[in-house]
Amino acid sequence: MEKRELTCIGCPMGCLVTVELDGGKILSVTGHTCKRGEIYARKEVTDPTRIVTSTVRVEGGVKERVSCKTREDIPKDKIADVMKDINRVTVKAPIKIGDILIENAASTGVPIVATANVQEA
Amino acid sequence: MMQYDIVIVGGGPAGLSAAVAAYDKGCRSILIIERDSELGGILNQCIHNGFGLHTFKEELTGPEYAGRYIDMVYERNIEFKLNTMVMDISPERVVTAMNREDGMFEIEAKAVILAMGCRERPRGALNIPGYRPAGIFSAGTAQRLVNIEGYMIGKEVVILGSGDIGLIMARRMTLEGAKVRCVAELMPYSGGLKRNIVQCLDDFGIPLLLSHTVVDIEGKEHIQAVTIAEVDENRKPIKGTEVRYPCDALLLSCGLIPENELSASAGVELSRVTGGPVVNESLETNIKGVFACGNVLHVHDLVDYVSEEAKKAGETAADFVRGEIGESTEQEIVIKAESGVRYTVPSTLNLGRMDETLVVRFRVGDVYKDAYVSVYLNDKRIQHKKKRVIAPGEMEQIILKKSELSAFDDLQTVTVKIEKE
Repeated sequence: MEKRELTCIGCPMGCLVTVELDGGKILSVTGHTCKRGEIYARKEVTDPTRIVTSTVRVEGGVKERVSCKTREDIPKDKIADVMKDINRVTVKAPIKIGDILIENAASTGVPIVATANVQEA
Repeated sequence: MMQYDIVIVGGGPAGLSAAVAAYDKGCRSILIIERDSELGGILNQCIHNGFGLHTFKEELTGPEYAGRYIDMVYERNIEFKLNTMVMDISPERVVTAMNREDGMFEIEAKAVILAMGCRERPRGALNIPGYRPAGIFSAGTAQRLVNIEGYMIGKEVVILGSGDIGLIMARRMTLEGAKVRCVAELMPYSGGLKRNIVQCLDDFGIPLLLSHTVVDIEGKEHIQAVTIAEVDENRKPIKGTEVRYPCDALLLSCGLIPENELSASAGVELSRVTGGPVVNESLETNIKGVFACGNVLHVHDLVDYVSEEAKKAGETAADFVRGEIGESTEQEIVIKAESGVRYTVPSTLNLGRMDETLVVRFRVGDVYKDAYVSVYLNDKRIQHKKKRVIAPGEMEQIILKKSELSAFDDLQTVTVKIEKE
């Protein structure tokens, strides 16, 4: 049996969560203080994912850059590919929070959305 | 002279939340003064996620969290002035400010809420030997340059200090293609949140060197390398442990300092531990009608708690303007920080003005494992809660109940301490 100690990244509480595994099968999850913690721990030992945040170049706006994120979490091993896609595009102002900037980032099926408003210059 | 019921100094998360709360408590004459060109404060450059789980029950990025509060300010038509710098606050609550359009002007306020936030400890305060070349940034300055201005500030990066902004920037620089060689931390524990060590360093294999510091900086025009050495228990470099790291940028994430020049000139009493104002249960300073909240009061890890604290300041300021927090006949009760607890906010309370519950926030001075957070009324222990880990990098809180405090005979002091058992 394998025991893994994780720090939950679900929120800044950073709960210490212990997962007991047997040949890839999860036997128990303990130490979490909310449901988010259990979900994170189960995912982290089987299929770790992350939200990626960055910025995208803006044309014709009052700012040079608009902040953005993957709308949902994406597989951890896709982070570098998603960043490549983000750095390839330039978007036109105006931009509103939630606007889709890239439809399907690095074929993950997850869109990149704006997390700030940028008015036209 | 302009007149407002409440003038709020600072349009970051604390100022915005205080404004909304004061409005919702019935105050209609509010002015927010912000020195930047937009509302939202430092959240605008904190493009990472993890904000808002407590406040909005969802995970937001910094700009999104700020956006929610900016919308609330717009919906209520609360007035604000951008690009405006407050120059002085008098003990009589006359605020002197200036900007390009209005020049220098004065505002008479019935109440002032201090919400100026904090700033980073600069290189000059760190005593790092070596040259003073270009390429040395505080982590927050680097964050602004990369995230707002869109500049890449280096390709090979060393970070000194494991504060949250440093950890966040380690990930950010890595994502943008830089090689982050290491994060060196003088103390034997990290100054940042555990979750940030996991998702910003561990995820990318960036080493965290505890009990290490920068002992030399090379490069005359631009930084070329730093030397990092291990330190002993007295934080003195150990000879023979030096390692040279070639780099073109050094980021400093060595602590935040509440920005209280204005508070001091107004005569506000400051805590020697937090660097922020000493406040009572209403978040009122020693000057009547001057309130404080957010990072200007004490440095928080979580914006959600800043919003919550600022809401309280906004509400009590609105009550004060209406004359509803007046004199109390009850005596001031001292909240003492002992045995590992460095400070508490607030540090006094008055039962006559206290709400049914009072959140007391504090930080510890060392790492404690399997220890208890205890609360005493005079000599009687009333709370005793076991925690797996208590660390200086993470703010803790206890909640006091008015009913329990009022029922206690001859209450003089409330003491918060860390106990082994």
